[in-house]
Amino acid sequence: MSSDRGPLRPDNPKPWNDPRVRSVVFQILAVSAVAWVGYSLFQNTINNLASRGISTGFGFLDATAGFGIIMSLIEYDETMTYGRTFLVGLSNTLLVSGLGILFATIVGFIVGIARLSTNWLVAKVALAYIEIFRNVPLLLQIFFWYFAVLGSLPGVRNAVNVGDVAFLSNRGIVIPKPVFEAGAGWIGIAVLLALAASIALVTWARRRQAATGQIFPAFPVSLAMIAGLPTLAYFVMGQPVGWDVPTFGTFSFSGGVTAIPELGALLMALTIYTATFIAEIVRSGIVSVSSGQTEAALALGLPPRRVLRLVVIPQALRVIIPPLTSQYLNLTKNSSLAVAIGYPDLVNVFMGTSLNQTGQAVEIVAMTMSVYLAISLSISLLMNFYNRAVALKER
Amino acid sequence: MKKTIITMGLAASGLLAFAGTTQAATLQDVKDDGELRCGVSNGLPGFSQPDNDGNWAGIDVDTCRAVAAAVLGDADAVEFIPLTAAERFTALQSGEIDVLTRNTTWTTTRDTSLGLNFTGTNYYDGQGFLIKKDLGVDSAYSLDGAAICIQAGTTTELNLADFFRANDMEYEAVVFDTSEASAQGFDNNRCDVLTSDTSQLAALKTQLSDPDSAEILPEVISKEPLGPVVRQGDDEWFNVVKWVLFGQINAEEYGVTSENVDDMMDSDNPSVQRIVGTSGNMGEILGLDDDFMVDVISQVGNYGEMFERNVGPDTPLGLQRGTNALWTEGGVLYAPPFR
Repeated sequence: MSSDRGPLRPDNPKPWNDPRVRSVVFQILAVSAVAWVGYSLFQNTINNLASRGISTGFGFLDATAGFGIIMSLIEYDETMTYGRTFLVGLSNTLLVSGLGILFATIVGFIVGIARLSTNWLVAKVALAYIEIFRNVPLLLQIFFWYFAVLGSLPGVRNAVNVGDVAFLSNRGIVIPKPVFEAGAGWIGIAVLLALAASIALVTWARRRQAATGQIFPAFPVSLAMIAGLPTLAYFVMGQPVGWDVPTFGTFSFSGGVTAIPELGALLMALTIYTATFIAEIVRSGIVSVSSGQTEAALALGLPPRRVLRLVVIPQALRVIIPPLTSQYLNLTKNSSLAVAIGYPDLVNVFMGTSLNQTGQAVEIVAMTMSVYLAISLSISLLMNFYNRAVALKER
Repeated sequence: MKKTIITMGLAASGLLAFAGTTQAATLQDVKDDGELRCGVSNGLPGFSQPDNDGNWAGIDVDTCRAVAAAVLGDADAVEFIPLTAAERFTALQSGEIDVLTRNTTWTTTRDTSLGLNFTGTNYYDGQGFLIKKDLGVDSAYSLDGAAICIQAGTTTELNLADFFRANDMEYEAVVFDTSEASAQGFDNNRCDVLTSDTSQLAALKTQLSDPDSAEILPEVISKEPLGPVVRQGDDEWFNVVKWVLFGQINAEEYGVTSENVDDMMDSDNPSVQRIVGTSGNMGEILGLDDDFMVDVISQVGNYGEMFERNVGPDTPLGLQRGTNALWTEGGVLYAPPFR
């Protein structure tokens, strides 16, 4: 039958009938249209800015900022530039996101596993936690921790005194700050040595186990080294670390290191909120591992903890990691709610105060968006590398 | 790379990308719309705050109403658009509002590089400090080490840093994005001191849980001339907004009030005649009706009435005229002559 109709596709179709030519043409048209829209947006904006006498460009980054910021990880004072305020905001955003991701992962894994516990109470407590904190808007949770919990701590004059060295009040926690004297460098060297030795030990132990099947307790030994070596160095060098203990001045404590309540509240809210989603992701990952795997591992005589660590979780990770990545991204982006309680993150310091002082809205918004884009892409990239490393390797 | 970033930012933020290219003729636009769009604070007693019935009230609000009365003959033909400190300039630049009256300090940067023009000053203010009485501090020079609550994105932040640096003192800046939040922080003892313009401090003090526990320190550390702002490059509109305020100040100087403005139509005083439009062509050269100030004064009042009604001694703010008195009474209000 088909032979009667001739070949399905002629050898030399007209160009407008050739699907290959058509697809190339349409793609070029689409790209040009996008580029043209982008270009006209850019030109139109530049023209509008110019015709309204609004100055443009990134020169403002070298101008003196002239305002104070409550917390900065890098050195900052009022005489520094707007470029510096950008870095201060960026480092504060990275701090709260990094800590948030760390804590949310820990809490999320624990709750996710607890949710599957055979203990009825543990499982129901985990369920209640997830259902409550997952369904309350994050902004409300931030306000709750800031105003209701941390705000109800005693005032700075009645601060909770922990052994005359640390003080807890509604202005945060202030603890002694270490002051490094001559010889303190050896403690750092000891830490590095202990870390290097631990890595070597773990590698050796793993190889030995692969070769002989004998298990060496590498973890406790490493822990002992990491704790012991620096302590040893500390006493050998004649205790070269002093402490700057906070003292009460006219208004508040001076000296020491202060963890501000804005950071605490934001971190608490981000951790607890995101951990609920991570817990559900972990649970679904574990459930996805066939129970035959667990039974087989138990049948081999592995203790239950090792079954979880060596058999179940590695397989569950394949399901867990992709959605976990998007939770990490969410947490990072949600950290911009900091502005509501005055934590000096990038949005607060740079898109808030700096934008208002300079009026360079277009440049500052563009820079801030690029930063969030870059952070998100980096997290995504790292997680994809990790995902590839733990993915099922078919041989 | 730089260009990529800009393009990306612009494409997504679209901040000014789609704003119309024609920007002059705001006066004609307002007349065509039959309504003035006015950017105000999102709640500052005495300056702009909705009352219990939802009507906006305050000296900034009245300044808007005066412009609406002059242009449209109706002081109520105003749409009030509440803005945070951080939003205000963008809203004006992009044409979302026709005039900004939001206790905004007139500074060189804002007047030049932001593409804006300040039309005058409707309140001369200065930055001060509100402090809890029980701290026993009676001078701003003893604030070394204090935690200070402050609203983000204002000149206040810069003045504060300058003041502490000049006096070799340290401080901890607790920055909130609205003035209410900063007042709440002060109320909750998150900080020892609240800093802002003294008029704002007077307003915020009334909202504390125990207003009597706090007091304003005597030092005023800056000049804060607050006034209406328009877009640069529209001289016709700039003149209208400028001369409505000047007209109100002149009206007070010549004793023209909302009570007596009708009688003043028969005045023999040439200065008064020009204000009420019975002689001269003040309205015509501004693109308005010659009796535009009659609408302003009868519906909103002269400057003095506006001050007394919103922030004066008989209001909760209880502010004295002080610097804001007429030049003839020892203050600095000195409007160019209406002629």
